Amino acid sequence: MRAVTWDGWNLTGLTAGPGQRWGAVRLVPLLRDAPITDLRLHARLHDPDDPTVAVPGPRTGHVAYVPHAFVASWTSDGGPVAAYGTQLTDPARGRPAGVGLHLPRRTTRRKERNRLRFLPLHLALEGYLALHCGGPSVVWEEWNRRAVNRGLSPWAGQAYTGAEVAGLADALRVFEIHPGQCGMLLYVADALAAALVVPHPDDYRVLHPTLLLDLFGELVYHHAHLYPAVAEFHVEIDAERVTRVADLRAEAARIRAAWSAFALSMAEGLFGARPTTSTPVYRMGRFTLARFLPDFDPRQENHIGETITDEAGRLAYLKTFRLSAAQVRRGYLLSRLAAHDWNLDATAGALGTDRESLVRRLDRAGFGNLLRPEIIDAARRAARERDRRLRRSR
Amino acid sequence: MSRSDQVACEDLVMFVNAAIASTGQHEFRADAAQQRLSLAFLHEYVLGNYRDLYAATLALEINHFNAALVVTNLLRTARLASPAQRAREGRLIAARLRLLPPQRVYRVFRELRRLGVNNRRTRAIIRDWVAGRPDLPFDAVKYRRSLSVAARHAHLSLPGEIGTFLFDWRRPGRYETEILERWRRAHHDQRALAALPYTVAEGLATLHGIDRARLLTRHTPQLTRAERLRLQESARRLDVEDVVTVDLGRTPLTRLALYVLSLPRAERVRRRAALTEALRTSARRAAGRRAGSWGRVVAVLDDSYSASGSSAKRQRPLAVALAAHYLLEVLAADYTGLWLAHHGDPLLVRPTGPTGLGERILDGLERRPDRLVVVSDGWDNDPPGLAAEVLRVWFARLDPDRRTSVVHLNPVYDSDTFQVRRLAPDVPTVGVRDAEDLATLVELARFATGSATLAELRRDLDDRVDRFLADAASAGGPPSGDGSAVRAAPAVGDAGGVVGDTPAVVGEAVGTEVGVPYPEAPR
Repeated sequence: MRAVTWDGWNLTGLTAGPGQRWGAVRLVPLLRDAPITDLRLHARLHDPDDPTVAVPGPRTGHVAYVPHAFVASWTSDGGPVAAYGTQLTDPARGRPAGVGLHLPRRTTRRKERNRLRFLPLHLALEGYLALHCGGPSVVWEEWNRRAVNRGLSPWAGQAYTGAEVAGLADALRVFEIHPGQCGMLLYVADALAAALVVPHPDDYRVLHPTLLLDLFGELVYHHAHLYPAVAEFHVEIDAERVTRVADLRAEAARIRAAWSAFALSMAEGLFGARPTTSTPVYRMGRFTLARFLPDFDPRQENHIGETITDEAGRLAYLKTFRLSAAQVRRGYLLSRLAAHDWNLDATAGALGTDRESLVRRLDRAGFGNLLRPEIIDAARRAARERDRRLRRSR
Repeated sequence: MSRSDQVACEDLVMFVNAAIASTGQHEFRADAAQQRLSLAFLHEYVLGNYRDLYAATLALEINHFNAALVVTNLLRTARLASPAQRAREGRLIAARLRLLPPQRVYRVFRELRRLGVNNRRTRAIIRDWVAGRPDLPFDAVKYRRSLSVAARHAHLSLPGEIGTFLFDWRRPGRYETEILERWRRAHHDQRALAALPYTVAEGLATLHGIDRARLLTRHTPQLTRAERLRLQESARRLDVEDVVTVDLGRTPLTRLALYVLSLPRAERVRRRAALTEALRTSARRAAGRRAGSWGRVVAVLDDSYSASGSSAKRQRPLAVALAAHYLLEVLAADYTGLWLAHHGDPLLVRPTGPTGLGERILDGLERRPDRLVVVSDGWDNDPPGLAAEVLRVWFARLDPDRRTSVVHLNPVYDSDTFQVRRLAPDVPTVGVRDAEDLATLVELARFATGSATLAELRRDLDDRVDRFLADAASAGGPPSGDGSAVRAAPAVGDAGGVVGDTPAVVGEAVGTEVGVPYPEAPR
């Protein structure tokens, strides 16, 4: 499908609540006036033992979604399967598409049936980057096994799970979930680290603890370590304007509204006016699943993510990752490649370099396995030759 | 008032609040280590700077954990005190120890031994306390290890066979004292188990392969009230609930609220009438003569998610709020209780959602009550700080004569700031552990805004100390009464002994308050 430049977020029906802070972490709830009931988290992802959540039955009339990288036992033999990219499915028919995982024992030790899990994070993130730029599914399967067998790929160390981000676990634990809460903006040292929006409060309750399994760039990790605590914003009522009880009530309402507006303005880096490229990938019922990419400007916040929007473009589901500087550079390469239909010569021309340099740049960035081995070998050989010639001539 | 006096006032109020609310256990936002570290510092600080006042807090409603800590600290640093101070401290310590549940006191003794505090006065205090025990052979069986530690540490000469029982128990073929003999026989005779304290019998039951259901049916008369309450649910599971009965109406109010909240909601609905009646009865008993004397009262009660407490203090803040609801209903002539999120029968309340105190407080103030009582951990976050602003503007603009008095009761000690979290600078905040103390704590609240002078505070404290000591002297045991000077404790000794919990069950199941003596329990 065609990528479209998309410069407006339709946040109708969503308001930000007052944030709660804990150390360097500030969590801002996103509230929905009325929940969306015809798009629900796939019933398989709900904990069957949790009595507080009303699990949607396997009925027709609603569309189910499975967030990216969630692992569940979809297959008949109970093997783990990860959702490769967020999935939209009809809950009455079949199981959602996913990638079979060949994981060593250590990653699948907790084998409770239907337990909600995530992929190992480096697989999730890098798979995500490749996915966004149209890497073929075979690469994912292939790479998956390779990365798991050989340990971390060179750049996996630059992302951290939420559990490693100082104070995040406590912040999520003590956060008081609002009734009607359908999302969360997560700030670390008042920099937006992640955003999550879901259609229904029950879905949110299921997904709230999984923010801890999410991944964050090194920026977020360092912020959490370097900033001991963020300050509380001070609210003030102008006493001169209050003469009756109703005035005081109005002032309280004004403060609440001010909070809401302020919280959204803090997320300007994501919801701001910068153009974003969005690719619709799947349409089911009135919902459209799309992946969006930033403009990979290293001076700005760069978030990638997935959205599900309804027919009017209103946001039903959103999940973002904030890219680190290195990931922005890699993402830039991939986006250039994708823009030129993966044609190396055309891309090299556009970047003002030659084919071999581009191949080596891709190789160094860790995308060597996207290309056929002989191409990389040729590029490496050429580089060696050139080095040798340089040395000899010196 | 000079600056130093003001600081002293604030420090003392801060310490008393902490000593009432904190038990050094895991709270919702801080773990046990943080709480203990913070509290230990506060104790050191007050002890170092205001020794007199520190000792005098023993006469206040500080909780068992902190009372034990104060006693230990005073004895540990006795050499720094003048002879006059020492005499006063000695009397306060003796009076307070007599009020504490025995397992707490034995724990103090063990701690003194660990610290190597063994001067003449400490030995005399241990000796006097042990001599004052109503039934020492019973203690010897139930607190066997602890009593032997105390005896060894203080060189006690124990009466009768107790010395033999503790230190040379294998030798005698039989004991003359009945309970000691029963304990000896229980090692090889199942029938003798029935007459032993439950915790002791529980240990010996495994020796005989008796399962819990059988033990409970046989053992019912020996259970203390706290044990009965704690074993309710396990008795239900084991299908012996008709045997392990408990008179809920006689259970202390906060305890009862904890028990109610521990039940699933469906169960609460099923037993609604009985539970509500029990809560009301217990509240009436706690209110005593004060019932109906408070005029128009509105309470703002916190049922946010943070009221769920921690694994060590399960739903404690919510239970305090629930108990306060029923108590205020009795105290007030006209009462309205406002929960943050909950509507309908307070029995079904559960901790969920954010803490939006501001708008609820406004709802309460709008009714123009005589008193507004806020029970909350003070983490006002929806939106943050609104409650403080509402209160400030209300008193500045809408009620300058202060016809409504506002008091904030906080069940949670905030270890980071060394105090219970406050709502607003000019609203008094007091720590609370048991809702039963609410009436007394509200009297204390006038010192919490910092408007009282140090001289006033000292005078008030001295009065309380005098009353406390006089009560202790006249009762020959703990002062009984309406709890004006001390936590209302049941009189000891009238049923021939105090039956308490053992230290092993501290913090289990029903929160943390352990060993409330149950004089009615027949042994």
